[in-house]
Amino acid sequence: MNDKLYKILLLATALAMPIVCGGVVYALVTDAYEAFEHFGFFNFLTSSEWSYTEGAEQYGALPFITGTLTTTLLALLFCIPFSLPVALFVGEYFKDTKAASVLGAATDLLAGIPSIIYGLWGFYTLRPLLMALNISPQGSGILTASLVLAIMIVPYAASLSAEFIKMVPSDLKESAYSLGATRAEVIRTVVFPVAGPGIFTSYILAAGRALGETMTVTMLIGNTNTIPHTITSTGNSMASIIANQFGEADDLRLSSLIAIGLILFLMTACINLIGKIMIKNARIE
Amino acid sequence: METVTPILQFNKTCVSYTKQTMAVKYVSAAIQPNTITAIMGPSGCGKSTLLRAVNLMHSLYPNIRVDGEILLNGENILSMDPIDVRRRAGMVFQRPAPFPTMSIRDNVLSGYALNGIRLSKTEKDETVERCLKSVALWDEVKDVLNKKGTFLSGGQQQRLCIARALAMKPDILLMDEPTSALDPIATAHIEQLMQELQKEVTILIVTHNMGQARRIASKSMFMYLGELVEYGDTETMFTSPTDRRTKAYLTGKMG
Repeated sequence: MNDKLYKILLLATALAMPIVCGGVVYALVTDAYEAFEHFGFFNFLTSSEWSYTEGAEQYGALPFITGTLTTTLLALLFCIPFSLPVALFVGEYFKDTKAASVLGAATDLLAGIPSIIYGLWGFYTLRPLLMALNISPQGSGILTASLVLAIMIVPYAASLSAEFIKMVPSDLKESAYSLGATRAEVIRTVVFPVAGPGIFTSYILAAGRALGETMTVTMLIGNTNTIPHTITSTGNSMASIIANQFGEADDLRLSSLIAIGLILFLMTACINLIGKIMIKNARIE
Repeated sequence: METVTPILQFNKTCVSYTKQTMAVKYVSAAIQPNTITAIMGPSGCGKSTLLRAVNLMHSLYPNIRVDGEILLNGENILSMDPIDVRRRAGMVFQRPAPFPTMSIRDNVLSGYALNGIRLSKTEKDETVERCLKSVALWDEVKDVLNKKGTFLSGGQQQRLCIARALAMKPDILLMDEPTSALDPIATAHIEQLMQELQKEVTILIVTHNMGQARRIASKSMFMYLGELVEYGDTETMFTSPTDRRTKAYLTGKMG
């Protein structure tokens, strides 16, 4: 009797999450419908107009899709030189030592810092620095946002990569050592090729994080509704345009913002799904 | 008495994992060239630990200490560059471990690639053919040399690993229970192969299979709790062991 009750209770609570998720999708789709109907789905995706002059309203998602994709890609690129060494240090060079667990924990701690703090640091430290170095005239922009995003996703990329690097069988590494390989050669010819698919997956999942990051990007990207032409241009990401405008938007503009939200949701879901599937295939026996 | 210079000599060799416990205690023994020497003993007796000391595998793990001397052709390897030592002392592990991302051909040549030694195409072809022939794998794989080594059967993979070790022309081949993951037929293949190979290379093999030691090794060591209890001709050891612990082990009263 008790068993049955537990089962029903568990099922009910377990079902709650898929229901919430379904509700979110339903709400997004119904509220975005107006925008898609008005502009047409593909037209909405490919239009770069964003003007709210009354009577001639024109909304398109392309500048923001571009903004999101460029910031994410750049963030991934910038994060590699920081996360890969950490992963190697924790998962290979100093595996199972105190130094490794301290460094691993410190890196993981980065994941716990609220994004507003990253935003403030970017705004008051990195932005003036980029201006002083004459890299960017206005300081904020795609580059600034990407650099801070890169730091934010380091812990995600590093800790998962380290797990995969740790999983490389010691038999294989010792085989290479026994042939006279140096540590660097073992890493190049055994560790990276064997852990490679796993490391790649870590970066896919880290990209999933970067895609939706809102607060930091909103504070640093410059908030202009045009397609960025250089990496120092200002722009807006999908998340930052919503954060910027949802308060004052209504009707068609609000629906357009929600449509952007839906697209972002789908992109993030896809990336995470791809990552999950890849992680299964990347397992090392 | 023969007066052949030993190829490998342990001189009061000790290995310790922690300060308190010694896994190998003051082992002294001389290994003759072109022989197969088996190291036997119950699990945890230090036989693998002793074997791994010979190619300085322990230096990969900072906590492990090796003391005493190990002379390879008269030189103390403990004061040599590990990379040089490992080229001269090839190793085959318990589980066949061909490099999964490399083809059969590249696996055989991996020692050269890892050491940054460049070979011409003909040298490569010759090395691959010679090594695969000496492990009797050539006929089976000569048409699939560019396939991954992981597609081979367990026994074939292990022979590939032996070929990979032989490619570096080592002075001594260290084998750590090389057949314990293989079926009886593959085991028989490898045993036959080892007897062929002793013409070219000295083999030191760790085995927990007494039958295997008796079948292939001319000399045997028996280790117990880190000590080398007995070392001598295999036949003598099996027929009239001098130490009661050896006798207890060989008659199955201890294992």
